[in-house]
Amino acid sequence: MLELKKVSRWFGGLPALEDVSFRLETGRITALIGPNGAGKSTLINCISGVDQADQGRIRLDGRAIESLPAHTIAGLGISRTFQNLKLFSRLSVLDNVLAGLTVTAERSFLLSMLRLPHLRHQERKLRLLGLEALDDFGLADKVDWPAAALSYGEKKRVEMARAFVSAPHLVLLDEPVAGLNNEETAHVASHIRQQRNAGHTMLLVEHDMDLVMDVADQVVVLDSGRCIASGTPAAVRSNPLVLEAYLGRMEATA
Amino acid sequence: MTTKEKFFYFIYLHRTGLTVFGISLLLLVWPLVETNPYNLGLSNLIAMYTMVVLGLNLFIGYAGQISLGHAAFFAIGAYGSAIGTATYGLPAWPMMIAVALAAAVVALAVGVPALKLSGHYLAMATLGFNIVIYTILVQWDTVTGGPSGLAGIPYLGIGSLVFDNEITFHYLAWTFAMLALLLSLNLVRSGVGRGLAALAEDETAAAALGVDIRRAKIKVFVMSAVLASLAGSLFAHCYTFVSPDSFGIFVSVDFVIMVVVGGMGSIWGTLFGTALITMLPEWIESLENFKDVVHGLILVLILLFLPQGLVTGIVDAVRTRIILGKKHA
Repeated sequence: MLELKKVSRWFGGLPALEDVSFRLETGRITALIGPNGAGKSTLINCISGVDQADQGRIRLDGRAIESLPAHTIAGLGISRTFQNLKLFSRLSVLDNVLAGLTVTAERSFLLSMLRLPHLRHQERKLRLLGLEALDDFGLADKVDWPAAALSYGEKKRVEMARAFVSAPHLVLLDEPVAGLNNEETAHVASHIRQQRNAGHTMLLVEHDMDLVMDVADQVVVLDSGRCIASGTPAAVRSNPLVLEAYLGRMEATA
Repeated sequence: MTTKEKFFYFIYLHRTGLTVFGISLLLLVWPLVETNPYNLGLSNLIAMYTMVVLGLNLFIGYAGQISLGHAAFFAIGAYGSAIGTATYGLPAWPMMIAVALAAAVVALAVGVPALKLSGHYLAMATLGFNIVIYTILVQWDTVTGGPSGLAGIPYLGIGSLVFDNEITFHYLAWTFAMLALLLSLNLVRSGVGRGLAALAEDETAAAALGVDIRRAKIKVFVMSAVLASLAGSLFAHCYTFVSPDSFGIFVSVDFVIMVVVGGMGSIWGTLFGTALITMLPEWIESLENFKDVVHGLILVLILLFLPQGLVTGIVDAVRTRIILGKKHA
């Protein structure tokens, strides 16, 4: 489904990503892990078009997307969440989720201004989709709230509902449980599993190893912008290169 | 559902349309109640300003941009119609449409480069544009009549009905204003409107959700220019006289103040903000000479305490309080 080939990105001569290559399989959860500064968020930004890779190819179902702008990539069915929440605080919770349906809603200014019956009908359908997504993420009782009034954990879930509402081909989750307590993390884990069972493909960037080992089908490890290992969670966990990246070089002490 | 529930559901479903309908009814009977032509003239001015400020509020409150140059588009509409009809004797209605299209082209030409800027830089660029247009109005006196303006603009008319007094013009101006209001309300309640609201809060997030942010900004800018131009044409035909004084940068600033008083992104607030700022000098006549000072003070106070604007700020605060109150109850 999504294939990365030798993707590189430099920031003023410093490599943030160097020749990163891996594939995502349809219907699977791939976790992207690595120490701070390994380039995980840069990679998600490059895939979603928020940032552009300097070199390499990114293909979605065989189509090159590495030089497309973010809104075109969203139109192709890749949605994402952000590490530091990007909710629209003035909009209601439901409107936030409906903003995730921008690509399915009417695009024409003039038709929107006329609001003909077919548009009313379409708006009603979108509203139902939005309510359904909020129900999936346990927020059905807060649809009318302004997003600013929600707790941090609830905001994270609204962002996930917004990412999933359009039934995208691929969802990029950037640290969905960062800053959450154990109970909230368990909630999010069950939502992620539920979405996987519904057939969604996901790329999960996460520091929480328990969550990664729990939900991921495949794990890719980045360190200083390089892909140092990939495989099943169990295989990666015992990979000496990974242990070294996380725990530092093991020196033989006499 | 019982009949009663069905009735209330119908009202809930069509609340926006019904409110517009209700206000239109009130406006329909207003000239019967208010017979003072001076006051009617004032409310006609509010109608014309409302059209400009609606477009500007979509641009500021929804697309999240800033323009200190909307009086320039107002001027293009007014002077375009004035020169076309008074100097060249062209028919008024087609001229109005042609001038609006010309304003759209100018907005496109200004918007494509200027909207690459943001914040202070965009404010400066639009301000500069306003100064350029104002200077042309004053200096190119063979065409624009220079500082003394251009007179002899004919009244608008449909068949034998001529909009030559405050009462007939009331119906014309408010028809335009209410149509603009309805179209704006429709726009913000659509997917396009949600995309614009997203754009106002976070450009990166909006782009990742599929909003083409560059195109969206330009489209709103062009749309607001067309509204301002139409209002300008009405303005010229209403007073049959135009002069550069009505289109200076302080008029642009007043438009922004109307947006701020009404509240960023509030269509209904626009109506309130425009009315309040237009009436203010009438209420406090003694402050006539200090109009700009008073307006400036209002702007500073609102931005200090309610950065979302007066109406929006209060509505948001009340809504949050009600919801948080519910949670603790």
